[in-house]
Amino acid sequence: MRRYFGRKLLVYGLTFLVAVTVNWMIPRFMPGDPVQSMLSRANVSQPAAVEAMRAHYTALFGLDLPLWQQYLNFWAALFRGDLGISIWVFPTPVTDLIMRAVPYTLALLIPSILLSWWAGNRFGAFAARRKWLDNTALPIGYVLTATPYMWLAILLAWGLGVVAGIFPVSGGYSFAMRPNWSWEFIGNLALHWFLPFASLFLVAFGGWAIGMRNMIIYELEADYSTYLASLGAPRRLIRRYAFRNAVLPQITGLALQLGVLVAGALVTEIVFSYPGLGHLILKAIQNQDFFLLQGAFLFIVVGVLIANFVIDIVYVLVDPRTRIGMGGEAT
Amino acid sequence: MTAVPARRREGLYFAIRNGKLLAGLAVLVPLLLLAAAAPLIGGQDPNAYVAAPASPPSAQSWFGTTMFGQDVFSQFVYGLRSTFVVGALGGGLAAIIGMTIGFTAGYRGGLVDEVLNMLTNIVLVLPALAVLLIVNAYLGVRSVGVQALFIGLTSWPWAARAIRAQTFSLRSRDFVDLARLSGVRTWKIIAREIAPNMNSYLFMTFILLFGGSILIAASLDFIGLGPSQGISLGLMLNNAARWSALHLGMWWWFIPPGAGITAIVGALYVMNVGLDEVFNPRLREL
Amino acid sequence: MTLSVRDLRVHYRTLRGEVKALDGVGFDVADGEILGLAGESGCGKTTLGKSLIRMDGRMRLAGGTAELDGEELPLGEDRRMNRFRFGKVSLIPQYSMSAMNPTRKIGKMVGELLASRGERLDLVELERRLDLVELPRDVLGRYPIELSGGMKQRMVMVISTLLDPSLLIADEITSALDVSTQKAVARTLVEFRDRGFVRSMIFITHDISLTYQIADTIMVMYAGKLAEKAPAGVIVSEPRHPYTRMLISSLPEVGVRHAERRLSGIPGRPPSLLDPPSGCRFRDRCPLAFERCAEEPPPVEVAPGHHVACWKA
Repeated sequence: MRRYFGRKLLVYGLTFLVAVTVNWMIPRFMPGDPVQSMLSRANVSQPAAVEAMRAHYTALFGLDLPLWQQYLNFWAALFRGDLGISIWVFPTPVTDLIMRAVPYTLALLIPSILLSWWAGNRFGAFAARRKWLDNTALPIGYVLTATPYMWLAILLAWGLGVVAGIFPVSGGYSFAMRPNWSWEFIGNLALHWFLPFASLFLVAFGGWAIGMRNMIIYELEADYSTYLASLGAPRRLIRRYAFRNAVLPQITGLALQLGVLVAGALVTEIVFSYPGLGHLILKAIQNQDFFLLQGAFLFIVVGVLIANFVIDIVYVLVDPRTRIGMGGEAT
Repeated sequence: MTAVPARRREGLYFAIRNGKLLAGLAVLVPLLLLAAAAPLIGGQDPNAYVAAPASPPSAQSWFGTTMFGQDVFSQFVYGLRSTFVVGALGGGLAAIIGMTIGFTAGYRGGLVDEVLNMLTNIVLVLPALAVLLIVNAYLGVRSVGVQALFIGLTSWPWAARAIRAQTFSLRSRDFVDLARLSGVRTWKIIAREIAPNMNSYLFMTFILLFGGSILIAASLDFIGLGPSQGISLGLMLNNAARWSALHLGMWWWFIPPGAGITAIVGALYVMNVGLDEVFNPRLREL
Repeated sequence: MTLSVRDLRVHYRTLRGEVKALDGVGFDVADGEILGLAGESGCGKTTLGKSLIRMDGRMRLAGGTAELDGEELPLGEDRRMNRFRFGKVSLIPQYSMSAMNPTRKIGKMVGELLASRGERLDLVELERRLDLVELPRDVLGRYPIELSGGMKQRMVMVISTLLDPSLLIADEITSALDVSTQKAVARTLVEFRDRGFVRSMIFITHDISLTYQIADTIMVMYAGKLAEKAPAGVIVSEPRHPYTRMLISSLPEVGVRHAERRLSGIPGRPPSLLDPPSGCRFRDRCPLAFERCAEEPPPVEVAPGHHVACWKA
């Protein structure tokens, strides 16, 4: 057990190291003077801001220091939670902007991931080896999973938002409102939340349903299923066992899909101008705000790593074989 | 050795009777032809201003025009082109990297495997789109080719992992042992003994990488980090969203590009399942 | 009379047409009898075993009946057959190593299986049987992965016979084991019969010498048909069918395992069952063949309990 988690943590640690290093390297090894090119790209009109930014960048990059020291300083700043100052909303610290955006992104991601995973698995298992459903519902699943997240988002926004006028299509809450804890505001939040959530949910749902359907077919053909059937066990029991075993690779699949799901959330937020990380990234790109972009990048990497670790723990809890393999004589 | 042609014939028999495979091809082939014929039917420059702006589909412009009077159909066929290119190049590159690493790790084992496995796992947990965001934002992407290169470099890990596992199980088979004992060089064993035994698997891996590359490219284009020259389906969506096609009700601007991507990727996925049924007798339903 | 099979015909659906894997086989298995079923691979012995308990998706019942304890088995109807499975007819499969659900504790799996069939788990009896096959009682709290190959084999044997079936089908259960384990498994099966855990048994194997050690009667099949059936001693000492004779004489020595492949001692190969030739199917390989063999020889009882399908017998 310790060895298993040790290995995992080593991989995650190294990944974080790689991510930070990439983040540090890219502006430095780009052709040209990073400070100058940033300032000219930033296109900020206030002279005070330009000067402040130049001073800030030069200090931050520490270009006169030897490379290894620049690298260490970069890490030190990171551990202080200092990701730099935003250019787009100068002079707000990047960390603050990200912290404001993260709750919105999580509010979209966590429910849509968990619900789509649960519902997709249920549905896929149900449809497998039932001819009629398999032939009608699964093509829909394929279309859903092949749909680019932003396109489904656009279609929903257009159909249910612009044309039908049921849901708002822009923002996290109405512009006329100030954030507060009233029911009215929460209802307004939920109304704005629904369409982005639904489009994320639908695309992911298709993928899980198909994955489970293909997985459970293998399990229903497995020796243990045949043996149970030979002993006259009802289909219900066989399917229950097959489902349980087919869910295991789906848990691994969840870890593998995290990156794609996060990417989906980013573009969906852009469609709906939903004030999460995706919206922030769009603004960062449009305003050439590289500190913000890099901060968001690191934040996403850390989030994905944490989620991966949580999934590892869940997997060990669910699959007895890993426990036994790791426990050695303990069991 | 009569078994191999017989098996191949059996594969073909199932292939031409597999509904999923045929349906996938029926969608894919026309789109491919359309993309190939883009210069013939889409005019010379898809971004040229050729007609009245913001007009709905008509006999002159089948898919209508953009805010600026560009022909949506023309953009669509050229966009299909970039989509196929990005899929083929990005997916192809990812497949090559995945195969190289997967074969090497699976066949050599030991320390080489440990190191490559670690590398694979690291790239695997790094969210590809986030990395591409940073790289594209800093370096800038001018052409579809460069975009495909970056995508290929980041999307190979799961393929490497899957191929490694397959290689691992083939490595200890008799025929591989025999080749090894008779002094055949490592890469030759991989090319002649191992790879042919997982041909179908490799092909299906490529198909999935192809589809994946298309989706990633579309997301990047949509965020605004696509190629700065030419047109792509993702870029069309980006333009449509940026110029409020949604609120202006210009559905003809944003429906074709998304539908094109969905059709291509969906067809690829469905074909993949069809191929799985063709190659894997256990999945065939009689 | 426990089992009585009449003119059983089972076909396999394949691309090239229907393979007549079982083409009119009839025999009886008496109370307490162990019937050894032998023959080359592809002779139909596994098909026979499968069709008596559960046909796979490609198999089709083309005719014939099977009666167990006076009740007719609905062989071709998967659903109706469920009532007989486990309690009346049970199976020890070829794939014992992977027959148990890898993610359930064995005891829990057994309990759920019994519950799904409306049976109660008699823990005392189960533990008694575990003791008998020398499995520690705590295997019930373990996952299959924690058991060795031999332990899994014995566990499956115990599970399959838990409801004291009238008929047990043991399909090539020894082919993956070494010689000493094979013998132990064979002895256990005999003991199961002697203790009444199973009433009668069909023991399918390509290894005629192993069959001889445990079977009361041996039935030799060839190309989907019965060639010869007689008490074990008679088959070995006075075989009447030329195929059986060649089979016995091609055995290197009793106890030496025979590889699962076409018998090298008999030249030629069995005919295709896609479109089997008329007349005796062994004709082309038979040294004694004469004109009459163009007609199909019916199984004839040449001595009490000794059936042979050959004009020369």
